Formats: sequence, C-alpha cells, structure tokens
Amino acid sequence: MKKEEIELIKDGKRLDGRGFEELRPIKIEVGVLKRADGSCYFELGDNKVIAAVYGPREMHPRHFQDAKMAVIKYRYNMAPFSVDDRKRPGPDRRSVEISKVSREALDPVIIKEYYPKTAIDVYVEVLQSDAGTRTAGINAASVALAAAGIPMKDLVSSVAVGKINGEVVLDLNAVEDNYGEGDMPVAMVARTNTITMLQMDGRFSQEEFERGLKLAATACSKIYELQRTALLERYSESIGEGEA
Amino acid sequence: MYKVVVPGDFLSEEANRAGEGTYVADGKVYAMKYGIMDDKEEIKVVALSGKYVPSRGDIVIGKIVEISFPYWIVDIASPYEARLHMSELAKGEERRIEFGSMNRYLDSGDLIVAKVLSVDALMRVDLTLKDEFKIGGRGRLIEISHTKVPRVIGRSGSMIKMLKEKCNCFIFIAKNGRIWIKGSEDEMNLASQVVLMIANEAHTSGLTDRVADFLDSFKKRRG
Repeated sequence: MKKEEIELIKDGKRLDGRGFEELRPIKIEVGVLKRADGSCYFELGDNKVIAAVYGPREMHPRHFQDAKMAVIKYRYNMAPFSVDDRKRPGPDRRSVEISKVSREALDPVIIKEYYPKTAIDVYVEVLQSDAGTRTAGINAASVALAAAGIPMKDLVSSVAVGKINGEVVLDLNAVEDNYGEGDMPVAMVARTNTITMLQMDGRFSQEEFERGLKLAATACSKIYELQRTALLERYSESIGEGEA
Repeated sequence: MYKVVVPGDFLSEEANRAGEGTYVADGKVYAMKYGIMDDKEEIKVVALSGKYVPSRGDIVIGKIVEISFPYWIVDIASPYEARLHMSELAKGEERRIEFGSMNRYLDSGDLIVAKVLSVDALMRVDLTLKDEFKIGGRGRLIEISHTKVPRVIGRSGSMIKMLKEKCNCFIFIAKNGRIWIKGSEDEMNLASQVVLMIANEAHTSGLTDRVADFLDSFKKRRG
C-alpha cells in the first residue's frame, strides 16, 4: 500500500491542534457494568472502549487450569460499527495478536497465586476507534481489574508514540497513524518505570526511539494519575450521599 | 477517616506491620488491593470487592448442585466448589446411605449451613454439618459480596442486632456473603432492602446511625 505524503504538521501544531507532546482528552468511569465483577469505560479522544472483568471463577475447560495460579484470559474485540467501514465481526489476526500482547502487558502486575485453578476473564470491547485502541483497552482493563478486587502489585498505564513528518509525537490519532511514518505502543507500570509492552511499526532511529520512550513514560505517569483518581472518586463520591 | 487506596499505593515504611491486602517490596509496604486502608496494629487493606475463598472454620451457606457418590457437590458462592461426604449424614441409627439414595437426604437445590472442615493445596474444600443444617421454608436467601459481611454484622454485632430487632426477622449471615432471612413478607422485604443498602454503602462512615434512621422513618411512615 503506497501512502501519499500529506502535511500532518502545520505551524508547529498537529492537525487536531495538539502540540507534539500532548495527549488527547481522557475520560475514565469505573463500575459502569452491573453484571461484571469490575468494569471501566475509557475515552481517549475519539476512542471509546469498555472493559469488563469477571472472576476469579472456575476455569473451563478443566485442562486449561493451572494448579498453582489463576489464568488470565483477555479478549480484545472491535465492534462492527467502531470504524468507518463496517468491521467484519469476530476475531481476526489483528485482534488475536492484540489480545495476546495486552494480556502479557497486564500479567506481570496481577498476583495470580492467590486464586489457583481459576480463570480471570477480561473483555475489552472497542465501541469507537481512532488509533490507539489497544492502549486504551489496557488502561481500561487495568482499572477494571482493580475494581474487581483482583490482587495486583500496581496499575498498568499505556500510550502510543509515533512519528509524523519526521517528528516524534505523542498519542497518534487515526489520520496521523495512517499517514505517519511510525507507531509505537508502550505499556508500563508508571510508578516503577517498568515496561510491560513495547511494540513498533515503522522506522525509528535510536535517537527517535529513546525520545519516544521518554515521552511515553511521562504520558503514562499522567494516565496513571487519572486512573488512580477515577478509582478513588468512585468511593469518595458516595460518602455521605447515602439516601437515608 | 477512611482512606481509599489503589494497588501500588505506598502505605508505610514499616515492613514488619504489613498485613492482609498489602505486599512488601524493597522493605516498604504497598497496597495490593483496591480498598480501604486500616492502620491499627497491622497495616491492612480491606478490599471492597472480590471473590470468596473458603478457609478452615468458616460458616457458609451452600447450595447442593450435584450428587456424586459418596459426595454432595455444594456451591458456596466461590470460585471453588465444596464437597460434603455422605458420612456427614449417615450418623446414628442409619450407618450407611445406599448408592442412589443420597437424594433422599439432600437433593440438588437444597440449602445447607455448613462449616469448612478443610481446604487443601489443590483447593479441594470439604464441609462438615452443624446440628441444624437444613434451611428452607418461608425464608429468603440474598447474596452480597463476602467483603461486606463484616459491615452487615457491625462492630461486635451492633448492626445485625439492630436489624433483627427492628425488622423482627430471623437473620443468619454466612461468611461467604449469603444471608438467610426469615419473617413475614413485609418484614423480609424491609430486611433485605436494608441489607442491600448496607452492602452498597459499606465504605461510608456513620452507617449504623443512618440505617437506624432509615428503619425508624420507615416504621413511622407505615404508622
């Protein structure tokens, strides 16, 4: 697929008016689903995802059980209406890969030994997509896991950096992703600066890569604060409200 | 008064006081669960949600789901199923229950009050029965998260005592979050409504007083 060159940066600003190191607006809501053990709605610009966590619960089929720890199952799924052209429903090559890397991004923080032989199911549904859905999914899933009372060492935060018109920028949107030169999603534990997922598509020089990673780390800290605030607010809000 | 914490939150430098719901890394205590921090003798984090894991000595309300000779398989509102051995019922005059006749003692769907006898490393859970083990009749079973059971009981039983008195109901709370209520239809409605209210506001302070107000105002409204 040959990409045409288009101008993604005008007067030092990006097409949507953001600076190079600026995140899209984020909205986090905890406990949006009644039936799930933990859930989270996450908005990153025009990305809208919802994460639901069920479990720990009995693992079926039995032979997938692990006698020593819980097994994490992660499903990333895009709604047919989440993109411009209708997305054919069901798992495909891309969503299977994203499910795998996202699961592995969250796996290191979850203390699985507390619930041997069980399964923890994480479902991430993308309702609207605008580049960066896997990172939004990880952010949502991390909050939903905490809300489900799953023992964890930390929260995981995730963001992508990319390269457009030769500049390293934070958090690509769909246009920048399609016409840019590179995209690098990162997931990390902000508090300890531990990277749990790192992917790259396109070409980055070593210098660009290092700069990108630094940008991602700063952004992850910001996202972490928002995730944390969302969780805290859920309970401070209802204190004293209690309709008597 | 209540401090809500999130996994990974730094709690203290005193690693020797680390308790439930926390972990120690580099000699410091961090929160392992999303919940309320309790900093009395031990530093604990009391989770606000999560699944019940049976431990020895717990009193639970179970539901028979299957008969698999010589065991009854019991659902105890947990990721792990429990089992109850035939011999628990074959005591006294009748020494042995014949194969195929276990359902005459307990059949699927029956509710029992049982004590957790043992939990092994493979999370096989064995139950033992108390004298009055069968529950049923004109009662109601409600289920809340096991994390909220202490709030429903209240400090040294204050909340449950008040509930029983003001609702005029028999209320039995099991460790696994199942609650058995017995009384007249209206009283059961009120009691279950209040229990759910406590579960919803378990993290707030001054709950006992609020519940008392609620019950009094309800009584007044009904006259």
